[in-house]
Amino acid sequence: MATRIDPPLALLAELTHRCPLACPYCSNPVNLERAAGELSEQDWRRVLAEAAALGVLQVHFSGGEPMARRDLLALIGAANGLGLYSNLITSGTLGGAHEIEAFAAAGLKHVQLSFQDFAAENGDRIAGLKGAHVRKKHFAEAVRAAGLPLTLNMVVHRQNLDGVPDMIEMALELGARRIEIAHVQYYAWALRNRAALLPTRRQLDRATEAVEAARAKLKGVLTIDYVVPDYHGVRPKSCMSGWGRQFLNVTPSGTAVPCHAAETLPGIAFPSVRSSSLADIWYDSDAFNRFRGTAWMAEPCRSCDRRELDWGGCRCQAFLLAGDAGRTDPVCALSPDHGVVAAALQEAEAAPPALVYRRYGAAR
Amino acid sequence: MDRFVVSDASVLAFAPHIVFRFDEVRKRWIILAPERLMLPDEQAVEILQLVDGKTGVSAIVDSLAARYNQAPRELIAKDVTAMLQDLADKGCLAGGNPD
Repeated sequence: MATRIDPPLALLAELTHRCPLACPYCSNPVNLERAAGELSEQDWRRVLAEAAALGVLQVHFSGGEPMARRDLLALIGAANGLGLYSNLITSGTLGGAHEIEAFAAAGLKHVQLSFQDFAAENGDRIAGLKGAHVRKKHFAEAVRAAGLPLTLNMVVHRQNLDGVPDMIEMALELGARRIEIAHVQYYAWALRNRAALLPTRRQLDRATEAVEAARAKLKGVLTIDYVVPDYHGVRPKSCMSGWGRQFLNVTPSGTAVPCHAAETLPGIAFPSVRSSSLADIWYDSDAFNRFRGTAWMAEPCRSCDRRELDWGGCRCQAFLLAGDAGRTDPVCALSPDHGVVAAALQEAEAAPPALVYRRYGAAR
Repeated sequence: MDRFVVSDASVLAFAPHIVFRFDEVRKRWIILAPERLMLPDEQAVEILQLVDGKTGVSAIVDSLAARYNQAPRELIAKDVTAMLQDLADKGCLAGGNPD
């Protein structure tokens, strides 16, 4: 490594894979961790303390559904006491006003609440849980009543994308200051369901137009973060702003990874927080150094003038689509493997197959 | 909710849940916001240190103009207002409570 590595900015604390929802694009791995394999409260307290000492500024409590953990309130308090800026990423289907008020009092700074659509019926269908949408709306009200800032997270795909203008309207009604409209990224469960989820180009262009119009109209009122599906792009996304450059993710069982999909990469021994300190993991582990910088790159990345902008795109996507994590991300039009992406886009023009829902044991 | 428009007469405060603090690890001032980190430059830090929910924008400009007496007040006012408006649009600043 020629370049000096800066400390990480953020820790994604995936407290559990347990979740009442069964979204078919879940970013959790296809082999879900069970409760018995999860880190203890004491383990997480140590991880939070090590993260703060390392220079982490923000902690995102996520899952699964993090509210399935009984010690969440204690962990929020611990993070706040360490000066970590804490964010709760939730489905809003477990608990309500009582819990949110306690979280706010413990120092929680922000809530990111997911919705599966603006319309209750389709939202519940995608979530695989009846009554979820109504519960989420009540949860949003509780967040605002507790005085916490709210972001709505809308994961979009071909089965809800046409509702983007209504989703933005719903965010305003619920008092959110920010909405994240993020296209499904095709890993884990989403890759299983890709043919049912990838939008057509026409659909995507309409949604993008709606976002741009709303952004102009709602400047200073509602921030709209928009993540486009990289399959439709020409250059890859700068995944995680580069491998091991800003983010650190700890899974429910304590494995430290540079992103939530990295565990799918073969031949890399990802370290565990049970046996290594976060500082050793960040600076010295083989796993975090594997794709840092540009020395690992092959052509066409190696000589590309975007190599320190895109960082070669996504390592997981390179493995999943081209069979080798060291290749150029196939969504890049310069990649020799780009044909597989074109074929997937072709597939998106056909009628969608049935969804495979996220469940324990549904993998095989 | 309407957009907060910053003028000479505005009084601003950091919005609730926005943290403006010195980071001992990086040895620099930072702004922590929901799922967002901002690294204000030296000039912005100087302005933000005067944002207290009581001091008006015109008074902030006055105190900066006194510090940098070679720069015209008008130019300072323009820069300060633009910087504060940008942070208000990002939800980091809101109206304060003047005495």
